[in-house]
Amino acid sequence: MSANAVTRIFVPGDMLAIALGAGELVKELQKQAEIRNTSIEIIRNGSRGMCWAETLLEVQTNAGRVAYGNVKATDVNSLFEAGFLNGGDHEKALGQTEEIPWLAEQQRVIFNRCGIIDPLSLGEFQDSGGFIGLRKALQISPAQIVEQVTRSGLRGRGGAGFPTGIKWQTVLDTAGAIKHIVCNADEGDSGTFSDRLIMEGDPFRLIEGMIIAGLAVRAEQGVIYLRSEYPFAVKMMRAAIEMAEAENWLGKNIQGSGKTFNMEVFVGAGSYVCGEETALLESLEGKPGIVRSKPPLPAIAGLFGQPTVINNVITLCAVPDILAKGGDWHASLGIGRSTGTLPFQLAGNVAKGGLVELPFGVSLQKVVDDFAGGTKDGSKIRAVQVGGPLGAYLPPELFDTLTGYEEFAAIGAGIGHGGIVIYGSSINMREQAKYAFEFCAEESCGKCTPCRIGSIRGYELLGAEQIDKSLIDDLCEVMIEGSACAMGAMTPIPVQSLMRYWPEDFAEDIKAKS
Amino acid sequence: MHDWNDQHALQIIADCAKNGQVLTSALRQLVDNFGYIDDASIAPLAKAFLRSKAEVYGTIQYYSDFRDSAPAEHVLRICQAESCQAVGSKKITKLVTTKTGIALGQTSSDGQISLEPVYCLGLCANGPAAEFDGNPVAELDEAKIDKILSGIRS
Ligand SMILES: Cc1cc2nc3c(=O)[nH]c(=O)nc-3n(C[C@H](O)[C@H](O)[C@H](O)COP(=O)(O)O)c2cc1C
Ligand code: SF4
Ligand code: FES
Ligand code: FES
Repeated sequence: MSANAVTRIFVPGDMLAIALGAGELVKELQKQAEIRNTSIEIIRNGSRGMCWAETLLEVQTNAGRVAYGNVKATDVNSLFEAGFLNGGDHEKALGQTEEIPWLAEQQRVIFNRCGIIDPLSLGEFQDSGGFIGLRKALQISPAQIVEQVTRSGLRGRGGAGFPTGIKWQTVLDTAGAIKHIVCNADEGDSGTFSDRLIMEGDPFRLIEGMIIAGLAVRAEQGVIYLRSEYPFAVKMMRAAIEMAEAENWLGKNIQGSGKTFNMEVFVGAGSYVCGEETALLESLEGKPGIVRSKPPLPAIAGLFGQPTVINNVITLCAVPDILAKGGDWHASLGIGRSTGTLPFQLAGNVAKGGLVELPFGVSLQKVVDDFAGGTKDGSKIRAVQVGGPLGAYLPPELFDTLTGYEEFAAIGAGIGHGGIVIYGSSINMREQAKYAFEFCAEESCGKCTPCRIGSIRGYELLGAEQIDKSLIDDLCEVMIEGSACAMGAMTPIPVQSLMRYWPEDFAEDIKAKS
Repeated sequence: MHDWNDQHALQIIADCAKNGQVLTSALRQLVDNFGYIDDASIAPLAKAFLRSKAEVYGTIQYYSDFRDSAPAEHVLRICQAESCQAVGSKKITKLVTTKTGIALGQTSSDGQISLEPVYCLGLCANGPAAEFDGNPVAELDEAKIDKILSGIRS
């Protein structure tokens, strides 16, 4: 490399990197480059999902991108001294990014370009396969698009695992002058951040998926319901939408096809239950997020009473590749009726947390062994909670379960949105069960008494000096039977899994801790 | 952030209604502008969006983002959800409440700082997570807390 060539440096602009000081890092890089009379170009990419190595700094060398992990502003001087602009060795060096085992052993489809490209470069997006699926969709009929999605076996990644093709078919078959595509980006589950990462790192992928959904069901407007806790994603999606409009990938007569699609971002206001699809619709209509009774299905009477597709961010982001490579290709990945890949998210007390995309069917054990690297505090893993606050806590004896919707249902658990929260030896299971009720009480929309009041009673029962397990089980049964949505009906899942697998923490003579 | 201004608030409400936006969009713009939604705006909101005053009030109360009183000078939100619990968010929260002398959900008597719970910021692999005056903080520890708090007191 000649002395005055501009070296490209990648420093993620994603919310986690910023939280870890990437802003100061960039300033220091610029300052020191200037002092040293060296030309650098800093690209704010998205995250590669290696949260354990953030801030991950990469340098473009002739031999490919070289990575340095956990880089802070205070490392910049020594990085220059070590010749990092040519990939020089340093205590924080991780080698060629693509060869880092943690990344190399994944099978990235949805996250294929996240963290690699400049998120707002339509050129880089298209150079890496962007819009191939959309171009295909523009050439075929709505029914043919739906057919590919149905064949793919894609199921909703928001939690319920409902077949996407069936949902789309219903909306396509329902007459309506105005139809909507609603993207659920409320991502409220603790331990999940895949929606955030993709929106911040590859926003055009979501736009592509939403346009295809619009073409499939003849909807011309889309809205992303995005939680207010994700301000960076809000900014990124809005900027990407503007660019897509400017380049005629949104708006009227998209790329001369005669097709129209417009979209916007609607920011949530801090309510977990607004992630439930009908509460979300209420919220989009400007009302409190109270869950609606079903029927009617949103597919038939959704937003403002009009036919509506509601899908999770990751569901929609899986669609472009299905169109590009065919539904059968997607169906060939995974196991049984769990097709395609799932971006698992490792969180909590974890040494190497982050995003791991793999086809369904790997065992939980493999995900934990090959990627998590044990706990952060070095203690033994006592439990994992899969699928967010409404998911089951599982002991190591069950880690041989294969990751699939049916396989998890068979052990009374769910995959949910793919979050895996790891707990070490210090965790108190009775406290976690109390928290499950507390969270339900905090977030209940208030429509059903078992959920609104039952959660408070459950919290009290677990806080009592003497624990009455059969009374708690009774309460759980009432909540399961008498709640209109999964908030109340599934809160018993974490509670009862905790009581089942760790009875020692619920011994009736143990005094409550607080 | 601007101080509450009736004129400006009425303008926001009128613009939202005119553009066919929904009630909560107006509420969002009011909090983004003034930090809270003053009671004075309930009647005009009701009128502009064809709702009863009770419905407007109920909507404001439903969403935790829609405050009905001016926030403290600084707001520290600490994540209380599971992934952060797994790495000691309860202990960290306790440390903050001890250092500030106020509980979660309270504002200091000098109006300098409010402590608030938040349920997941999507930084779950690098907890405990927090947000200070809108800026995300990961791997919260005592040193970071001290830095935040010293900035407030000076
Ligand atoms: C309490 C509750 C919270 C939910 N939160 C979310 C969420 O944050 N994101 C999401 O995509 N789905 C969430 N869901 C699931 C949605 O109701 C719905 O099933 C999903 O958006 C459908 O999209 P999909 O088929 O692509 O998964 C939640 C459900 C419940 C009951
Ligand atoms: S179960 Fe809870 S959150 Fe769901 S509709 Fe009933 S009260 Fe609302
Ligand atoms: S408060 Fe209305 S049912 Fe008890
Ligand atoms: S649980 Fe704290 S950031 Fe997600």
